[in-house]
Amino acid sequence: MENLIAPLIAAPLLGAAVLLLGGRRLDRVGHWVGTLLSATSFVFGLILFADLLGKDAEHRTLTQHLWTWISVGSFQADVTFRLDQLSMTFVLLITGVGSLIHLYSVGYMEHDERRRRFFGYLNLFLAAMLLLVLADNYLLLYVGWEGVGLASYLLIGFWQHKPSAATAAKKAFLVNRVGDMGLSIAIMLMFTTFGSFAFGPVLSHTGDTSEGKLTAIGLMLLLAACGKSAQVPLQSWLGDAMEGPTPVSALIHAATMVTAGVYLIVRSGAVFNAAPDAQLAVTVVGAVTLLFGAIVGCAKDDIKKALAGSTMSQIGYMVLAAGLGPIGYVFAIMHLVTHGFFKAGLFLGAGSVMHGMNDEVDMRRYGGLRKYMPVTFITFGLGYLAIIGFPGLSGFFSKDKIIEAAFAKGGTEGWILGGAALLGAAITAFYMTRVMLMTFFGEERWRNQPTRSPQAPSAEPAAEHRGEHAEPHPHESPKVMTIPMIVLAVGSVFGGAFFSIGDRFLHWLEPVTGHSEGDSPLSAAAVTGATMVCLVIGVAIAWAQYGRKPVPVVAPRGSLLTRAARRDLLQDDFNHVVLVRGGEHLTRSLVYVDHTLVDGVVNGTAAGFGGLSGRLRRLQNGFARSYAVSMFGGAALLVAATLLMRAV
Amino acid sequence: MSFPLLTATAALPAIGAVATAAVPAARRSAAKWLALLVSLATLALAITVLVRFDPDGTRYQLTESHAWIKDFGVRYELGVDGIAVALIALTAVLIPFIILAGWHDADPLETGSRRWRPTQGFFALILAVEAMVVISFEATDVFLFYIFFEAMLIPMYFLIGGFGDRAHEHGEEAAATQRSYAAVKFLLYNLVGGLIMLAAVIGLYVVAGNFSLQEIAQARTNGSLHMATSTERWLFLGFFFAFAVKAPLWPLHTWLPNAMQESTAPVAVLITAVVDKVGTFAMLRFCLQLFPEASKWATPVILVLALISIVYGALLAVGQRDIKRLVAYASISHFGFIIMGIFAMTSQGQSGATLYMVNHGISTAALMLVAGFLISRRGSRLIGDYGGVQKVAPVLAGTFLIGGLATLSLPGLAPFVSEFLVLVGTFTRYPAIGVIATFGIVLAALYVLVLYQRTMTGPVKPEVSAMPDLRARELVVVAPLIVLLIFLGVYPKPVTDIVNPAVKQTMSDVHKSDPKPEVEAAK
Repeated sequence: MENLIAPLIAAPLLGAAVLLLGGRRLDRVGHWVGTLLSATSFVFGLILFADLLGKDAEHRTLTQHLWTWISVGSFQADVTFRLDQLSMTFVLLITGVGSLIHLYSVGYMEHDERRRRFFGYLNLFLAAMLLLVLADNYLLLYVGWEGVGLASYLLIGFWQHKPSAATAAKKAFLVNRVGDMGLSIAIMLMFTTFGSFAFGPVLSHTGDTSEGKLTAIGLMLLLAACGKSAQVPLQSWLGDAMEGPTPVSALIHAATMVTAGVYLIVRSGAVFNAAPDAQLAVTVVGAVTLLFGAIVGCAKDDIKKALAGSTMSQIGYMVLAAGLGPIGYVFAIMHLVTHGFFKAGLFLGAGSVMHGMNDEVDMRRYGGLRKYMPVTFITFGLGYLAIIGFPGLSGFFSKDKIIEAAFAKGGTEGWILGGAALLGAAITAFYMTRVMLMTFFGEERWRNQPTRSPQAPSAEPAAEHRGEHAEPHPHESPKVMTIPMIVLAVGSVFGGAFFSIGDRFLHWLEPVTGHSEGDSPLSAAAVTGATMVCLVIGVAIAWAQYGRKPVPVVAPRGSLLTRAARRDLLQDDFNHVVLVRGGEHLTRSLVYVDHTLVDGVVNGTAAGFGGLSGRLRRLQNGFARSYAVSMFGGAALLVAATLLMRAV
Repeated sequence: MSFPLLTATAALPAIGAVATAAVPAARRSAAKWLALLVSLATLALAITVLVRFDPDGTRYQLTESHAWIKDFGVRYELGVDGIAVALIALTAVLIPFIILAGWHDADPLETGSRRWRPTQGFFALILAVEAMVVISFEATDVFLFYIFFEAMLIPMYFLIGGFGDRAHEHGEEAAATQRSYAAVKFLLYNLVGGLIMLAAVIGLYVVAGNFSLQEIAQARTNGSLHMATSTERWLFLGFFFAFAVKAPLWPLHTWLPNAMQESTAPVAVLITAVVDKVGTFAMLRFCLQLFPEASKWATPVILVLALISIVYGALLAVGQRDIKRLVAYASISHFGFIIMGIFAMTSQGQSGATLYMVNHGISTAALMLVAGFLISRRGSRLIGDYGGVQKVAPVLAGTFLIGGLATLSLPGLAPFVSEFLVLVGTFTRYPAIGVIATFGIVLAALYVLVLYQRTMTGPVKPEVSAMPDLRARELVVVAPLIVLLIFLGVYPKPVTDIVNPAVKQTMSDVHKSDPKPEVEAAK
């Protein structure tokens, strides 16, 4: 059965190759080829899943060795895949949600002349992401890790004739590369410590080395995770990544790729378990990001950017849980899966709204859309209830468990982390209610607003030539788009309960990640109660602000915090001043230094011996003659040298 | 006597060069085809070398040895180890692409131009360079090596000085002046390096009494040839200086951007992908074998210079406005990696460095040749003159992106394997240097993606709106290079299998073995 792992990756890879090399001939069927291969991969995943379920919990690991990739001295890297409960979970999420989003894109990208290429990139992404979660060593994981980065780069910049899209794509790749430095160094540290970087040898020998080494490895892995999962301080790229087509935001920048950092930490659990300082750093990053993303999400008027802030925040929850160690690993992954359902659903809903609204993204120009888009409204609404943790829906189960686990960490740390998670729950309820109210309720603010909002030009360039001056006529999206939304809404509603009843998810993952209950100062009921109170407060404040009062079409100036949050809490400004400007000055002065100083000094030194620079300057003026002269000089030198040897 | 395969591999392009030059002036295209055929035949010979070479056999194989200048013990002595075989193969693979990419670079200019463009000469010179590079990789006699190491400057000089880009922002006069400056600078830098090496070569003869690499190296290992510490260091420095100019290593690098900027793209590839490799190759073969103790003595300084090259080259690449200069500085950064890998003195570092030489050759060829196609369409080398090319020439843009991704060492493409090996090989012995060098991977992404963004994305500039996409000839150049980049990225074993035993030998020459991991049991 393990021989099915390679075809699982190969199917979308084949799709990418065929679609990208196939040329125009495939324009008419390309999107179906891509969708079909993605679905094929999902079917392979299901077969493997059934196979794993048929085995004992302890023997649910399949490995497939293909070939030796790199072998130099003791440095051995193999192309070997490993399928266990953790990677299986990801495989189903990636191919399942991935196939739904392929299907949705058939409708969403219908009018784009480069649709075939879009599907090629999506398939490339699937292949890379599957490689990432199926690799049996860190170096092969690195290939998938950068592969998804490449796919993300290509898809963020899909409409690359727009400078903002091209810039956002480049930024995403660069910020991720900073994280990749962390992954590179972590692998090198593993090699010097364990003589290997395969999961087996590294993760089973963490007891044989010092805590200091493990802390260093853990912190480097955390740096990598921060880049890929948009965690503070490497979060700045995710908001800009919304320049990509909305299905991309749903699949890559919400449901799958951005959760790769969580995968990396949970996969490396053995390292973190033995390095408490690194774990603490992970929890701090998670807690800070969950608040950071939530605050940013409150201030954005662009529906996709509000959702991007939310994604950052929800991944913060997962990272926080992953940092808690065995108390939290299972719940990090469980929230990752439920989040995959409801966040992908929310993004697809946002795309559906934009589709019906001339690609407008400014929520201040929405309002009252529930009448015009009933399916979108209901599916989006269910996703909304799931993410805020409405009792009985997915988010309720998965987020509640993380908050409980944070308290169970114990001590002051437990209180601080648990408190941050609770506060985050309140803010989540606030900003998601705000999105919901501004989009589907209230006045129809898109009427009589012929001009576009100047500060937030739409990400979708199709709007530019689709008669944007006309009043939008909101309409429901075609079935090919609404069916994936409905499926994801079903997952958003029932996923959490399904996983939690009888602790199914826990029993499934525990053999890989381990589990411990921790030592909570609060009872589970008390935590749930507190979470519910936070939820009600958040919803109530949003209702008071956006439900009872009309929403102004032009954003009010807002408080200092609001204005900072609109600018991503000023960290982009910081990056711009320190890194971009500073870097420009540095490179410019270096160009000058190289031209005058280094060149000058070397030429000058030589001049001291042979008048090189003077001769160079003179030679700039003539050509044919000087060729001859200097050539003669060179040749004469050679001959003289040879003769000299004879004569000595 | 068996067939002198190594001599033939070098002699064939040399004879081809003469024959190409002798084609009558009216039959230009015959000259081109002849040069292409000769380069392909040379490739066939190089493949024969590759096949006949037994990686697990003796160190130098396919050896040939004849007396030459008897009085001084100069011998015509050839032999290849795994490192040389890999680099000969690289050279032989790249030359046909260089010829094909430069197919029209030496066509006569429009009437009214003062400049004479000898087509035959252009292709003959390329073949001449190939011949000399190949024999430099083969020579195991120090003097023989020196002769060709120096002699290849002559055809290179004419290629740089005589054949520039057609268009130039300051007109033809200015172009000729700048070209001549670049060519002379190239020549003088390398001649100075060569002169210093010549002194060291003579010094070596005085100490050792002959020029045979194998004999001297053997005498050094078994102790029969003793060198005073200071003598060994001086001789080492003499050799190293010449190779560091050629490679080039900071701060001796400034000739490279000029030379690459002024020459046509295929010649620029010839410089950086082929000729410069002789420098790094010679460090491995001559510096480490002949002067092992001095090599170790100089290691800290060389590693720091290599590290400066990596970061400095990359930062300067970021600041360039000229596409070709950008690639030149990127190459300087990459040469830093190669030299760092060689002097890290670990098997990963040195195998990685050799693989890096091969991969850098292919990736730079892909990037630079596509850049050349781009430049020939618009008639400008300035990045700012482009924009939105992706929209009008998607295949050109796509291949340019793949060349760029290879340059930034994207995992899955060949350069990643070598770069990671060099990094890990350095890190095991010098963690701090290894960590700083990883900044290079961020900077590489910066200069490649900025270049791509400014030239290929954004609104279509009016000047590029009529730009044709890649033609068949150009696709034939680029596609195989891309296939090679992908193949060696997922399966580098064919190269590492050949290189590893040779590196093992070199490691034992310098009496070094790989550091052991902390936890042995994990193996």
